[in-house]
Amino acid sequence: MTDNISAILYLISSVFFILALRGLSSPGTARQGNVFGILGMIIAVGTTFTLPTVLSYEVILAGIIIGGGIGTFIARKIKMTALPQLVAGFHSLVGLAACFVAAAAFFRPEAYGIGTFLDISTGSLIGISIGLAIGAITFTGSIIAFGKLQGLITGAPLTFPGQHLVNAILGITLVALIAWMTIEQIESTFWGIFLLSLIIGILIIVPIGGADMPVVVSMLNSYSGWAACGIGFTLGNSLLIVTGALVGSSGAILSYIMCKGMNRSFLSVILGGFDDGSEISGTTTSREKAIKSGSAEDAAFIMKNASSVIIVPGYGMAVAQAQHALREMGELLQADGVDVRYAIHPVAGRMPGHMNVLLAEANVPYEQILELDEINKDFTRADVAFVIGANDVTNPAAKTDPSSPIYGMPVLDIENAKTVLFVKRSMASGYAGVENELFFRDNTMMLFSDAKSMCDEIVQALN
Amino acid sequence: MQPGSVDPLIFGITVLVLACFVGYYVVWRVTPALHSPLMSVTNGISSVIIVGALIAAGPSEANFAQIMGFFAVVLASINIFGGFIVTQRMLSMFKKKR
Repeated sequence: MTDNISAILYLISSVFFILALRGLSSPGTARQGNVFGILGMIIAVGTTFTLPTVLSYEVILAGIIIGGGIGTFIARKIKMTALPQLVAGFHSLVGLAACFVAAAAFFRPEAYGIGTFLDISTGSLIGISIGLAIGAITFTGSIIAFGKLQGLITGAPLTFPGQHLVNAILGITLVALIAWMTIEQIESTFWGIFLLSLIIGILIIVPIGGADMPVVVSMLNSYSGWAACGIGFTLGNSLLIVTGALVGSSGAILSYIMCKGMNRSFLSVILGGFDDGSEISGTTTSREKAIKSGSAEDAAFIMKNASSVIIVPGYGMAVAQAQHALREMGELLQADGVDVRYAIHPVAGRMPGHMNVLLAEANVPYEQILELDEINKDFTRADVAFVIGANDVTNPAAKTDPSSPIYGMPVLDIENAKTVLFVKRSMASGYAGVENELFFRDNTMMLFSDAKSMCDEIVQALN
Repeated sequence: MQPGSVDPLIFGITVLVLACFVGYYVVWRVTPALHSPLMSVTNGISSVIIVGALIAAGPSEANFAQIMGFFAVVLASINIFGGFIVTQRMLSMFKKKR
């Protein structure tokens, strides 16, 4: 097969990848989109197999079978609530694979026809250094993100004095090393870039707190794309450049949407934590106010007599795996003629779209699931807002208190509902360390329990 | 400008910039409800770096590049299969109840 035919097949593969993303514009076409993605990958791998330099089919097939087997096993077994850490884990593999390819290209450039050892064409060398650096950052960064999401590492931001300065120095050194490598081609700069990038990957994720994980996961998604792009420049392969750019921009857009959902700048998320969290907790938690708490029976009675209920799920629902019990509760209410809908805040959960997947898993029809913008004005007409495992995304302080760290964040206006039911394990404040004044309102009833057991009890009471 | 006189690097940058625009417009059209499948499907397709891994693992004699290539093939394959299968699983949940 000539190079031109291979290039055309790679082009077809790129188009299929674009169609794969295009398919996700609606749930109806999404599955077809995934099929396009798979076809694109088959064409890409098949075309590469026919290249004259690719000869050792046994080795390659063994690799695909081993990797494919592991991937299939993990993808089939994984629980939907563990999706964020799965995605983070997968990102780390893309990053490491990019490092391996960069190493192969640097030490054996003949295989790629891009020069000889320490005499590689400049374009490819830039590709190698960028692919290597971003790949290594993605690798260690995703491992830390995985550890935080899996609970192996504390979700709290880990900071140390002079952190920003250290990061800045390391970052500048990395850029200098990349420049040096593209000019001088010395073997030790390759390892220097690799080690430095591994360290930077750890340092940039460690200070970021648990609730900022949607941004981190999206950001690492973006990085894995740019790493692929770097490898594309190494090989002079348009398919890899196109695909890398698609994935890179996808992750960047998701990071932007997540930051906007928290009204935080990308920079402030990257720098870590809520800077003034400690100060805030001192001023607000000393208030002693009466709260009203109720039982599952009370909640069932209130909701049964309502005509409209809006459910607001959050990370707590995912942790308690309450989605199935919640759906059962919603169905029973609907059978009683109650209008039940779900309101999803953009940053609810630990990754973009996390709540939508969990509710879909529990068979909640997606017509009932609405985004913040679509449903926020409807709270005024709702009889009950049922908040389960969410906190900061409902806090009116974001609208009224300019001194609050979450001020300006778009929130769900649940206080407009006639009654607010809060399922919570304790009075602890949310991730931002801000007390939610809604807990103390007359029309709020606290339901102290684990999200799943509360839903189960309400279901029993409804029956 | 002579035909064929453009540096491959410039050609690559041309492709990159155009692809970024395509990515920008396509991704903004993705419905927020499908942002999780978007992440897992991009996970799968970014493993197209397997192309680079296959070329490294390709030569018939065993050397450093081939070993690197083999490991990269394994890692990328985990992602390709894992990414597409998880996406499929998620999307089938969204489909069930029309």
